[in-house]
Amino acid sequence: MLLPKDKGFVHPNASEITPQTAFENRREWLLRIAAGVAGASAVATTLHAQTVAAAKPAPLPGARSTVSGAVTMEKQTPLQDVTTYNNYYEFGTDKSDPARNAHTLKTRPWTVTVEGEVQKPGVFGIDELLKLGAMEERVYRLRCVEGWSMVVPWVGYSLSELIRRVEPTGSAKFVQFVTLADRAQMPGLRSSVLEWPYVEGLRLDEAMHPLTLLAFGLYGQMLPNQNGAPLRLVVPWKYGFKSAKSLVKIRFVDKQPRTSWEVAAPQEYGFYSNVNPSVDHPRWSQATERRIGEGDLFTKKRPTLMFNGYEAQVGSMYAGLDLKKFY
Amino acid sequence: MNGALLHPAAKPTLFALALLPLAQLVVGAFANTLGPNPAEALIRGLGDWTLRMLCLTLTVTPLRHWTGWNGLARFRRMLGLFTFSYVVLHFLAYAWLDMGFGWNEIMRDIAMRPFVLVGTTAALLMLPLAATSWNRAIRWLGASRWQQLHRAIYAIVLLGLLHFFWMRASKNTLGEVAIYASVVAVLLGWRVWRALGSRYFMKLGNHSARG
Repeated sequence: MLLPKDKGFVHPNASEITPQTAFENRREWLLRIAAGVAGASAVATTLHAQTVAAAKPAPLPGARSTVSGAVTMEKQTPLQDVTTYNNYYEFGTDKSDPARNAHTLKTRPWTVTVEGEVQKPGVFGIDELLKLGAMEERVYRLRCVEGWSMVVPWVGYSLSELIRRVEPTGSAKFVQFVTLADRAQMPGLRSSVLEWPYVEGLRLDEAMHPLTLLAFGLYGQMLPNQNGAPLRLVVPWKYGFKSAKSLVKIRFVDKQPRTSWEVAAPQEYGFYSNVNPSVDHPRWSQATERRIGEGDLFTKKRPTLMFNGYEAQVGSMYAGLDLKKFY
Repeated sequence: MNGALLHPAAKPTLFALALLPLAQLVVGAFANTLGPNPAEALIRGLGDWTLRMLCLTLTVTPLRHWTGWNGLARFRRMLGLFTFSYVVLHFLAYAWLDMGFGWNEIMRDIAMRPFVLVGTTAALLMLPLAATSWNRAIRWLGASRWQQLHRAIYAIVLLGLLHFFWMRASKNTLGEVAIYASVVAVLLGWRVWRALGSRYFMKLGNHSARG
């Protein structure tokens, strides 16, 4: 009978086996070394995460939206990035300023005045607005005119729900959005970088589009102050600055309203400001974007999509419009 | 003080100190603690340190005159070369992380954004200075020609300042720019004042010689 040469697993002497405690110690030491390398900055991040967690807003769940294009499957930008990388000049122009300074914003009591060319103007309290439509979760791409983007799960309902309720008249062609400008709450108003209050505008058909969102929350929570609490506009196919924050007035008008960025730099920012990779900003290219929270340092920028990827839903509204002229 | 400056450990110490900001940025990049946009943080951090190193390099001579710490002169070249190293890394980080080393896109970007053009010009002007920083090059050029060439640093610092100003101007956040501008104003102002002063004294000397 032939014995197989392979004797299988040969057990070592028991004395040669590394004791479990020593093995685990090694791991612990590796972790300690890694922690040491990360050093003070890691400590800073932890502390920062704790402060963010301490100010955790109340929950605001939303049912998954059925509106066409309203839920992208792309990887969502982490909450930490969504709430610490913001352009909200009323709280400072550096993108880390709003997270630091917006705690002074008082979001209650809060009212939104709806006026102008409507049958039923009125003043809506925030609690009334929260109940006015069924809350939906919408996962939108957000493309900033500066060349970066995020994917944010907003909570809110279509602005059209509010618009229908106030019954615009036949002469209502545009909607103007006025945001809060209170020096006592907003340190950034001391800077003359923009005209205050920050105003934005949409064509009535744009405002009525089902994708145009009146947002009250993100990531299943009430909006953090730095993201435009207690309610903001989100227009996903336009550059981020069109999505005005902390709204206090919605005005229906017959003429195209002026917007803060148009007033500040008319040759750089137009009324439409649709995301368009083939129309460059006069000072930089709009062909690509840096997706925040995607991959690592060496992750390449991604190509920017026409109408930020919402061309199928919104393209028809701009048929025949020269997008180079009406940028 | 001069004794400390002439100590054999002084140069390696400065070398290590000048490497610290780079080390901090690299560790931050790997530990992912540079914030939501690490590429931007790294590019801007390297730019900040280029400007700081440039100011430090320009501080050596005035400080030597004000304090009489002549040992400082030993560090001027090293600081200049660190400035050059940081600007090279600043440009490479931009070319890699922002532009993916797409040279056509980089050329287009330089032509499109004035502040990038100004920054690139300043960086290119540093090349001949770094290339002639070693002893043999100085001897080969002759001291006065070498000195003339290296006066380009005045243009470089002004272009660097303009680059920074332009970048910040769009957001109206000029506080930091103002700080750098005042430092540079003092450093260059002292040199202008001294140049004018020496001409004045030379004139005085001529007059007395004739008299």
